[in-house]
Amino acid sequence: MSIELQHVHFRYPDGTLANEDLNLVIHEGERIAIVGQNGAGKTTAVKLMNGLHKPTEGEVIINGINTRNKSTAQISGMVGYVFQNPDDQIFKNTVRDEVEFWSRYNKLDEKEIQSRAEWAAKLCDIEKYLDINPYEIPYSTKKFVSIAAVLTARNPYLILDEPTAGQDVAGVECLSKLLHYMEQDGKSVITITHDMEFVADNFKRVVVMAHGHIIADGTPAEIFAEESILSEAKIKKPQICELSTRLGLGNIMKIETLVNKL
Amino acid sequence: MNSISLKNIRYKYPLTDHYALDGVSFDFEEGKFYGIIGPNGSGKSTICNLMKGLIPSFYLGDLEGTVEVQGKPVDEWEPEKLCTKVGYIFQNPFTQISGIRDTVFEEIAIGLENLGIDKEQMIQKAEEITKRIGIYDLIEKNPNELSGGQRQRVAFASILAMDTDIYVIDEPTSQLDPDGTESVFKIIRSLKEQKKTVILVEHKIELMAKYADEIIVLKDGKIIKSGPAREVLSDYDLVNKKVAVPQTVLFGHEMERAGKSLGKLPITIDEAEVCVRERMRGEQL
Repeated sequence: MSIELQHVHFRYPDGTLANEDLNLVIHEGERIAIVGQNGAGKTTAVKLMNGLHKPTEGEVIINGINTRNKSTAQISGMVGYVFQNPDDQIFKNTVRDEVEFWSRYNKLDEKEIQSRAEWAAKLCDIEKYLDINPYEIPYSTKKFVSIAAVLTARNPYLILDEPTAGQDVAGVECLSKLLHYMEQDGKSVITITHDMEFVADNFKRVVVMAHGHIIADGTPAEIFAEESILSEAKIKKPQICELSTRLGLGNIMKIETLVNKL
Repeated sequence: MNSISLKNIRYKYPLTDHYALDGVSFDFEEGKFYGIIGPNGSGKSTICNLMKGLIPSFYLGDLEGTVEVQGKPVDEWEPEKLCTKVGYIFQNPFTQISGIRDTVFEEIAIGLENLGIDKEQMIQKAEEITKRIGIYDLIEKNPNELSGGQRQRVAFASILAMDTDIYVIDEPTSQLDPDGTESVFKIIRSLKEQKKTVILVEHKIELMAKYADEIIVLKDGKIIKSGPAREVLSDYDLVNKKVAVPQTVLFGHEMERAGKSLGKLPITIDEAEVCVRERMRGEQL
């Protein structure tokens, strides 16, 4: 079971070629980070994975099903997508209604609706906001509301588009916890992020994009060791990695490893 | 003269029963670059809203204490005068962009247009700003069709065009890649060089450590620490309070615990490199 991109090109109606010849296999249960500059085509690429976009050329195959022949609604049953901007996604008057929406729409029984909503709210640490209007809570917390709402569908694949943007220490910790939980649960999480410390701490596989292409696919240590990839994608090493490189100790990701070497 | 003074501010948003700010006093001096940090919900954006007068004119709620801009209470300023003194860049570019202009160029000119600036001058200014921010190639595009990062830069440019004395900037880089983020910090530093006062709310602590003069730490509506960046950020106690500190500070702390003290907790990579090299040299002697 996997998400497969085979020679995928995507051109927006205005003619902009946003993705060119993407080839990628993401296995069920796998956790990957997608990094790269603004405008590199990251969001376009993940929208191809849940059927919001259909490839201009090439094929996107989700668990054996070609997205070309299915509606976005059909694909979204397999791949959940949390929008970059929560305001694009959230539309209910209370957090509870938002988090229960998917289950109600799909006519789950009342007990299941409650249990999924509570589970998702707890995982996203938003229980205390359940009776509040989503537009009255801070932007960074709203992001967790949009994540919780998608979690209730319990899709095998979950896409998070820049969940780390604007998060504080507690928010980043909550995301790490969520990634860990999803892995235990056998779910795949595909995360777009600019936070390289978050990448180094939480991911074993990193896909780097630049100018609409995938330019690298490897472990954080492999990616951060390739100066040409870093400069092409304009990404920076995490501080500890940068420090260890400057000290001539290679690409060390963890503080304790560096401390032990010195 | 102080650019902005907060005097014994206590504030509750409408229909809430806790203080978003609870006894905050602070003088922001002219020409300095201040960084405001702290967990989400600690009152950072609320302070920004006060400085622009959005509290209490837009948000209502219960406000005690006074906010002075250039020595004059904020409620005595005419709004159209205040906006030529204090520029405010919103946290969320999706909210800031007007939505009523069809091109980036017009979006950036909107403030100048409202001030009745002469057309030629307006065009010149908008061109200059878009080049400085690196969005000149977007000027003909529709601001509502741009990516998050691009919109954030347009929002930033539209405020810079106003050329105010004071800039209040709420997380201007949340949607930007590392390269774009660093370029925004460089622009902010250039504002400081032009003797502007900058008050910046930002989570990217490594860049705050590198660029800000002073840091203010907010938690639960109170200022729990303030002072020169190096002094504030090297306080390890912040870690226990769930306030982000640079990784180099955590590294320095771990070195200390391992009996390999660097003499201080470095707040930037440059500092950390120097400290480690000095220690290595000391060991060789």
